[in-house]
Amino acid sequence: MAGPGGDMQWCFSQVKGAIDDDVAEADIISTVEFNHTGELLATGDKGGRVVIFQQEIENKNLPQFRSEYNVYSTFQSHEPEFDYLKSLEIEEKINKIRWLPQKNAAQFLLSTNDKTIKLWKISERDKRPEGYNLKEEDGRYKDPNSITSLRVPVLIPMDLMVEASPRRVFANAHTYHINSISVNSDEETYLSADDLRINLWNLEITDRSFNIVDIKPANMEELTEVITAAEFHPHQCNTFVYSSSKGTIRLCDMRASALCDKQSKLFEEPEDPSNRSFFSEIISSISDVKFSHNGRYMMTRDYLSVKIWDLNMESRPVETYQVHEYLRSKLCSLYENDCIFDKFECCWNGNDSVVMTGSYNNFFRMFDRGQRRDVTLEASRENSKPMQVLKPRKVCAGGKRKKDEISVDSLDFNKKILHTAWHPQDNIIAVATTNNLYIFQDKVN
Amino acid sequence: MSEEVEGTRTAEEKQEMEDTVISPEKAEEAKLKARYPNLAAKPGGSDLLRKRLQKGPKYFDSGDYNMAKAKMKNKQLPSAPTEKTEITGGHIPTPQDLPQRKTSIVASKLAG
Repeated sequence: MAGPGGDMQWCFSQVKGAIDDDVAEADIISTVEFNHTGELLATGDKGGRVVIFQQEIENKNLPQFRSEYNVYSTFQSHEPEFDYLKSLEIEEKINKIRWLPQKNAAQFLLSTNDKTIKLWKISERDKRPEGYNLKEEDGRYKDPNSITSLRVPVLIPMDLMVEASPRRVFANAHTYHINSISVNSDEETYLSADDLRINLWNLEITDRSFNIVDIKPANMEELTEVITAAEFHPHQCNTFVYSSSKGTIRLCDMRASALCDKQSKLFEEPEDPSNRSFFSEIISSISDVKFSHNGRYMMTRDYLSVKIWDLNMESRPVETYQVHEYLRSKLCSLYENDCIFDKFECCWNGNDSVVMTGSYNNFFRMFDRGQRRDVTLEASRENSKPMQVLKPRKVCAGGKRKKDEISVDSLDFNKKILHTAWHPQDNIIAVATTNNLYIFQDKVN
Repeated sequence: MSEEVEGTRTAEEKQEMEDTVISPEKAEEAKLKARYPNLAAKPGGSDLLRKRLQKGPKYFDSGDYNMAKAKMKNKQLPSAPTEKTEITGGHIPTPQDLPQRKTSIVASKLAG
């Protein structure tokens, strides 16, 4: 991250959300996503709500006044439902939001909970009609006999109103819980993946979808792995990948056959059998997979590391970064408190030179691939003065703890950063703690 | 000099030395096995995955409940389990098991 002036530094920009420590479950942030230009930033929460922030381009000529993200629209995307057949509640938690590329004045996004995907249209209204012939301004109809002249209604400016309306509801296609959605580069189709199946949809058609991957065994007793994430290639509309709980990634080509059960490529790092332990498979489970913007690499996140894979090499990743290796000697307690099952996401910066992922204690990590440097930063209200530079953090694994270091045993495992997002062009990042959204940007010298 | 020392060690001794330098993962595994001796040998197996597939609370089904009651009319119904991860198929939820349903929907604090 060394720029022309030296090391890049990150500054606090904004924080959204309540300050109080008593967090309502509904306020837990479950997904964060920038749109394709970075002008809009969407968050989803456990209460089924979506909040969209818009970047206010204040003064591009004065770079020290960086633009802020302010609330643009908020709506209830999903509501709790009840599956009467199985006596199960369907959570309204938003698992993923994915933006569609902008085609006209309106913005479109897909949001999904465990069972249903919805296409939302977000449109602006800044004019309203005035001067109807048959209606009063308040909407009451006039007595036709009182009308003596004719006029042409005009559009007059009004305060900006942003409306969100559900345009499509894609339901009843998933028996298991949806973990991913991904819009195809063809901008016509998208995929949705649950634990055992992946479906292909057309954005216009809601009453049918094609099943393209099905890993459900005939006998559920033989179940050995589940699908954990899936994504379309950014440019090749026929290619997608899906990751598994066993740490493998399969790349599939939809041109090969209608049902892509047989992968085109299988990415798997060989494991030393002598190192195998009870925890090996659990910590190898991939929680997120993301293609690089240039489409040549993909990144996977497992419990302890981030791996970069070259799509042309299936045998092993080209880069591996340790996120919090000090947790390897804490796996027993992390298994007992379920933290070992936490699903961390990861993201690339705009030019694929830096990757970022979250950790515990509200720490998040960045790995500069070119500079071979990494840094640990913290999202906390204590470092939230305007433009305050974030100080790198260090965790002491054992032995003598230096000043300013935190020991592993002092880490707060309830403060996890699972969701982060990087602006597609600029060095602006959005980091979600349990119920707060932090926005950081690089220091402008 | 060190070569001489190496040469005098037998193969068994070398293996023993390696075993005592256990990987942190294996040490953690030993800790877990000590606390839960009944833990299944294969952690990534069906049980764990099935628990994952069934995420979500089981709700009260009056049909199941009455059937279970009829079967066990001479016995007391099993008390509600304290673990939130209980998923055994044989367990019929009772009214006491049910978590509170959601209340009214309010605006997100992020937009406040």
